[in-house]
Amino acid sequence: MNADVLKGGFADAPVDAAHAFRAAMNVMARPGVIEEVAGAVPPAPMSVAAGVLLLTLCDPETPIALCGAHDCADVREWIAFHIGAPVVAPQKAMFVVGTWCAVQPLEVYAIGTAEYPDRSATVIVEMDALAAEGAVLRGPGIKTQAALSLPEVAAFQRNAVLFPLGLDFFFCAGSRLAALPRTTRVEAF
Amino acid sequence: MSDYNFAYLDEQTKQMIRRAILKGLAIPGYQVPFASREMPMPYGWGTGGVQVSAATLTPDDTMKVIDQGADDTTNAVSIRKFFEKTAGVATTEATAEASVIQTRHRIPEETLREDQILVYQVPIPEPLRFLEPSEVETRKMHSLEEYGLMHVKLYEDIARHGAIATAYAYPVKVEGRYVMDPSPIPKFDNPKLEMAAIQLFGAGREQRIYAVPPYTQVVSLDFEDFPFEASKADHPCDLCGAEDSYLDEVIMDDAGTRMFVCSDTDYCAGRRAAGHVGAQGVSTQEEDAA
Amino acid sequence: MYVAVKGGERAIDNAHAWLAEERRGDRDVAELSVAQIREQLSLAVNRVMAEGSLYDPDLAALAIKQARGDMIEAIFLIRAYRTTLPRFGYSKPVETADMACDRRISATFKDAPGGQVLGPTFDYTHRLLDFALAAEGEVPEAAEAEAKPGPVPHITEFLNKEGLIQTEDESDEVPGDLTREPLELPADRALRLQSLTRGDEGFVLGMAYSTQRGYARNHAFVGELRIGRVAVEMDIPELGFAIDIGEIELTECETVNQFAGSKTEPPQFTRGYGLVFGQSERKSISMALVDRALRWKELGEDNLGAPAQDEEFVLYHSDNIQATGFLEHIKLPHYVDFQSELELIRKLRREAMEAGETVQQEAAE
Repeated sequence: MNADVLKGGFADAPVDAAHAFRAAMNVMARPGVIEEVAGAVPPAPMSVAAGVLLLTLCDPETPIALCGAHDCADVREWIAFHIGAPVVAPQKAMFVVGTWCAVQPLEVYAIGTAEYPDRSATVIVEMDALAAEGAVLRGPGIKTQAALSLPEVAAFQRNAVLFPLGLDFFFCAGSRLAALPRTTRVEAF
Repeated sequence: MSDYNFAYLDEQTKQMIRRAILKGLAIPGYQVPFASREMPMPYGWGTGGVQVSAATLTPDDTMKVIDQGADDTTNAVSIRKFFEKTAGVATTEATAEASVIQTRHRIPEETLREDQILVYQVPIPEPLRFLEPSEVETRKMHSLEEYGLMHVKLYEDIARHGAIATAYAYPVKVEGRYVMDPSPIPKFDNPKLEMAAIQLFGAGREQRIYAVPPYTQVVSLDFEDFPFEASKADHPCDLCGAEDSYLDEVIMDDAGTRMFVCSDTDYCAGRRAAGHVGAQGVSTQEEDAA
Repeated sequence: MYVAVKGGERAIDNAHAWLAEERRGDRDVAELSVAQIREQLSLAVNRVMAEGSLYDPDLAALAIKQARGDMIEAIFLIRAYRTTLPRFGYSKPVETADMACDRRISATFKDAPGGQVLGPTFDYTHRLLDFALAAEGEVPEAAEAEAKPGPVPHITEFLNKEGLIQTEDESDEVPGDLTREPLELPADRALRLQSLTRGDEGFVLGMAYSTQRGYARNHAFVGELRIGRVAVEMDIPELGFAIDIGEIELTECETVNQFAGSKTEPPQFTRGYGLVFGQSERKSISMALVDRALRWKELGEDNLGAPAQDEEFVLYHSDNIQATGFLEHIKLPHYVDFQSELELIRKLRREAMEAGETVQQEAAE
């Protein structure tokens, strides 16, 4: 095991996780809002924000799918040591991590069932940058409209049609974090 | 405080609750099942709200707890003390100063802001429960968006009483999809459910968490010819003179003399401090002198 | 002038102090020790462990002392404590055939290998108050016999050899955990049994009794009831094998139930199962009867609409901590809701009166 994987967890888990969750909740409740998070130093290529999310939300009961370059020994070992979550095939994942290209196709992830729409995957998308510009967002959590630099539009429109089923997304760039729940109606700028 | 973890719950329990909260926000009005834990206070005393608050609080928060709108009711005091002790958070009675407000049966009168979170304690989260006792059946009804039974019940009220005979826990439809129980708030509070703050609902015994994100459409169920009406006692507050607040009726003597006072104690105190005086009130300046 | 009721905090503190004093009772009477409760009120301790889902006689005794003997309050204390404990791992299933039995009886056979062992039972005592106990005195020592070595086979195994009783399929599937996942219906048998074993003794007894009186009658015989100690083993990954981590006392009841057969099953005996912490005879028999009643679907029996057949009804209402909390919470203030009801009733009455007056007027005209 690479000794570095033992590092990079929360220094003060109860407090670091509490702050991180508030940021995660705020961005999920207010699509388009971008928050800064801190406290995790995961191995490359995982961003600080994605690492913070996993430390805050995942445990041995939450299967994670790693996509593309994120599926590497360092990341797997870091997850095993700090979180204990099983790394699984995409179909079985509650959380998915990767770049927009790597997490495709979205159709393989759980979107919930009619009686339990909450049993759907949360997709954590790694981005180069994140800005409050680009696609126009409307829906719950948004007073009139918001904007977010989404990697594309059509996929999120298809996802919204599935409501109340569907995927929920987090977007991470460095330590910046944003989200897009299935309820958001997305239009191209 | 070293006997227990920050905010009492262990980290894995908080993670589980946090996941439920996020899914709740993503599916407004849908009741997310969660593995509620036994808390050191009884079920029915707000264990759901307490678990949601515990998973939400940071040490930087300022917390307010109200029961029936009041900060000084015994159970509100008890829950506030619990978080002072286990999370070491600052507490306040002033709505405007609070970042997290846990409530039982009321929404504060003061308009809540974007930087605030309102946590409701919920006894029976299922709005269809009193029409259909089986969880298996009500879950099916939600999945099929089959809410006819609820409309029939409300319409029967109208046929029998000439009005909808539900005064509190008045059902709402969230974002045009899920019928939701807003917890036993008086229907006077229903219009406030569309707000800037995040609203989280916790039902401990029934193991459900649900949420309403800011600015989400929340419509009280009604009929075209019998529109929803947010009613309250037709009276101003006898202490502060407020015309727009929900009132408690207080019996004053054996003869049954009554007076009406704001149920939101902070709102009432704030108005009185600002010099408003009701029919039986005294200005706070006079009170201080006495 | 009206002054809002203040001082909730002081009232609570004072109430707690008074409660502590009441718990202690007359200070001229010696204080109970936790060890005394553990040793001399052991059936109370057993119930608290069973419904509290935590095997720790000392903590259960402490809870009984703190709760002033209120069993549900004591169970609540244990549950609230239990939920904060970290979970290190899972034991292997206990092997009750290897139980060191203090008591082992069968109602279906006069004798069986292993023998009938009455053990410390109230069964044949005459329920006459023993005034000698009011005076303090030592009891004479009971006779002792050598324990028979070796495992004690289950009575139902003998029926099984003849194919007369339904076989239970073995499974390596990890059972669900009621305390870690929200209950989802339909619940499998493992979850149902978990719910019943920690369910309120009175509730489970009442449900079982209702089946005997005809609400989904399933003609139960106590095939076997055994009480004794079993070893608890746990795999230690670092060691690579299982070790004994201790011993617990259990009561196990297997009922043999008549079954005429159904579309899917031939006529044969069927089983109900009860397993409870400690010496908890009434509870384990009750549990077995209710377990059997809840199995109607898998055995292809008719749903008679009896309460004990209704899984949702039984599982949602058996937990006394949930029940007592919700029941007692109605003493919390509800004046906001009540106020809204008051306004509504006044409005409806006003409208009804006005309508009445109109009718009367019209009649007069």
